[in-house]
Amino acid sequence: MDSRKYGVILCQSNIEQKVSKRTMNLIQIAWRNFCHRSLSSILTTLSLALGVGLVVLVLSIYGVINEAFTRNASVGYNLVVGPKGSPLQLTLNSVFYLSQPIENLPYTEYMEFLSEAERSEMVDRFGGDEELKQRGGRYAPFIGDGFVIPLALGDYFGEFRVVGTTPLFFEKLRHGPTLEQTFTFSSGRAFQDFSEEHSYFEAVVGSRVAKEMNVGVGDQFFPTHGDPTGHGHDLGFTIVGVMDPTGTPNDRAAFVNLEGFYLMDGHAKPIEETTADDSEKTPQGKLSPDLEPKVAKRDDYRLLSIPEREVTSLLVRTGNIMFAPSMQNAINEGIRSQAAAPVGEINKLMGLIVGPLKNAMLMITLITCVVAAVGILVSIYNSMNDRKRDIAVMRALGARRSTVTTIIIYESLLVATIGAIVGWILAHAGITAYSGTIEDQTGVQVGFFTTSGNEVWILPLVILLALIAALLPAWSAYRTDVGSNLSA
Amino acid sequence: MKVMLQITNLVKSFPQPEGGSIKVLDVPNLQVNEGEHVALIGQSGGGKTTLLHLIAGLLTPDEGSIQINGIELTKLSEQGRDRFRAGTIGYVFQTFNLLPAFTALENVRLGMTFGSGVAESERAIDLLERVGLGDRAHYRPRQLSVGQQQRVAIARAMAGKPRILLADEPTANVDPKSAETVLELIRETCAEEKVAILMVTHDLQIASQFERVDQLDEINQAVERSR
Repeated sequence: MDSRKYGVILCQSNIEQKVSKRTMNLIQIAWRNFCHRSLSSILTTLSLALGVGLVVLVLSIYGVINEAFTRNASVGYNLVVGPKGSPLQLTLNSVFYLSQPIENLPYTEYMEFLSEAERSEMVDRFGGDEELKQRGGRYAPFIGDGFVIPLALGDYFGEFRVVGTTPLFFEKLRHGPTLEQTFTFSSGRAFQDFSEEHSYFEAVVGSRVAKEMNVGVGDQFFPTHGDPTGHGHDLGFTIVGVMDPTGTPNDRAAFVNLEGFYLMDGHAKPIEETTADDSEKTPQGKLSPDLEPKVAKRDDYRLLSIPEREVTSLLVRTGNIMFAPSMQNAINEGIRSQAAAPVGEINKLMGLIVGPLKNAMLMITLITCVVAAVGILVSIYNSMNDRKRDIAVMRALGARRSTVTTIIIYESLLVATIGAIVGWILAHAGITAYSGTIEDQTGVQVGFFTTSGNEVWILPLVILLALIAALLPAWSAYRTDVGSNLSA
Repeated sequence: MKVMLQITNLVKSFPQPEGGSIKVLDVPNLQVNEGEHVALIGQSGGGKTTLLHLIAGLLTPDEGSIQINGIELTKLSEQGRDRFRAGTIGYVFQTFNLLPAFTALENVRLGMTFGSGVAESERAIDLLERVGLGDRAHYRPRQLSVGQQQRVAIARAMAGKPRILLADEPTANVDPKSAETVLELIRETCAEEKVAILMVTHDLQIASQFERVDQLDEINQAVERSR
């Protein structure tokens, strides 16, 4: 019989018929070796698990931040309009109620988004240049079925921002993953433009404001001007509604009626002309104490005229989403205003600041994984001297060089796989343990199986590292001299 | 009778640290028939282990021919020799060489894994029972006496259903009473499965129990000389 032919036949019959059982056995052999060196194996696995856990945590935290920002950046409007300046700052202060407002816009800029009829109504109601009634706003055609909501910022309730706006804010804006949820109230209702009970001074507070400031429906608060420790205004707002948690920055804001906001001292834009009727009221329209009625009437206050009014920013939704870029361009070409797309700005923020930070953190954690992989190498390689005889015995029993090499690689892969799984479980258990806090702080719901897309790469990456780490010991096993080690 | 092992003009030398090499084996002819039990007596350092390593395909000769069951071993690649060894040759070591991470049963199954490719638990248990260790199947080597370890090693050597068993001083590290048992087990187990035995030993008393005893010193023509 030809010897080479025999070798081939033997190889084929063995491999084809029994490859699956043999493979299983090699994993079993690797597992027994793993268990035999239990302390070393467990410590190596644990170090890898911690590395993987850190990577998962970084990815998850970034995922939560990303989702929180992205979710908050789109609550039903597609543009934020404000004074010229940094679009990111505009987005941060108007959408997230962070940072300081850039400047204010004249009220007439807001009116540029309104139809001729709406502008006429405003001029008639508040008083202002009659010419404003003669035409529709420049950007009104873009609005169509959309909306424009004015915001006036600058005051605080405790550490929370006070946002002057209109009831439209609660009617038009949506939130939630699919942007279909309207704002709901755990108690009370949305404020009205005017009520006989509270006049222009109704307010709605976000869930976190209510919780941390310990206020509810019927309570009154007095905003402070400029910053949380600024001087308090004399006019108080009565809370008529507490919002349900939304997971948006609105949870951290107190909303007041824009008309009431204007009536607070220091909120009117100084102008030279005053009317004769104003002399009977305070300059800001505040009632004299002796005139303060039990039941308020609209005539009790002089609402600010259009020239006295300013807005910090406008939340705009175009009737057709296709109009948004055109309108953005049109606004940005003007000399006074700018329009920013919040989602785009947040993506830029994530790309410019948060992204690199995440990458830096990932690099550090990946280095941790590499160190752990080196630990695998050292652990297995150090054991090779003790195991050369075992390898020689296996070779004498018929194991091929490739077989003993595969066993060593399997050992490394076992450490990697167990380490990766344990690390993933530890990280997600940690995230789950803090899921309540995360949801409270960011509105992002996370569970044990909430994963970021990049997590799918962790196991392949760790396995690759383990394979690389196994190369040296595997080569050592491959080169083990059977004769000398059996005779030793 | 069919020839199981035929060695012809086998030469093996090892390089020396100071240069040159030393010839340790020069065997013009050695034959073992199918099912035959042969003891080979030789002094320490006389090339006994080297001869077994050559027959097992763990070493390659400088010259000569090794035919086992009609297969010319020296013409096989290393992988071919590994496969051939796994399927045809059983090996019992002087120092047992059980793998410490595995139980007795698993040590026996390992022999099958690399041999037939299928680790049949039934055969492994049967072999352990035949060597009197059925109740120690799940013991680790360190939990067994040296005699018991050698018996596990015999079961492991037989696990791959070999055609020839190579035994390298299998009784050297056990007490005389255990040596008898070990030897008897090797012979009985091999007789049951018609497996040829080539045992090397320096112990004449042990060798005398085999049906054929050869003197390696007479077979080996190698003389210690530097080339």
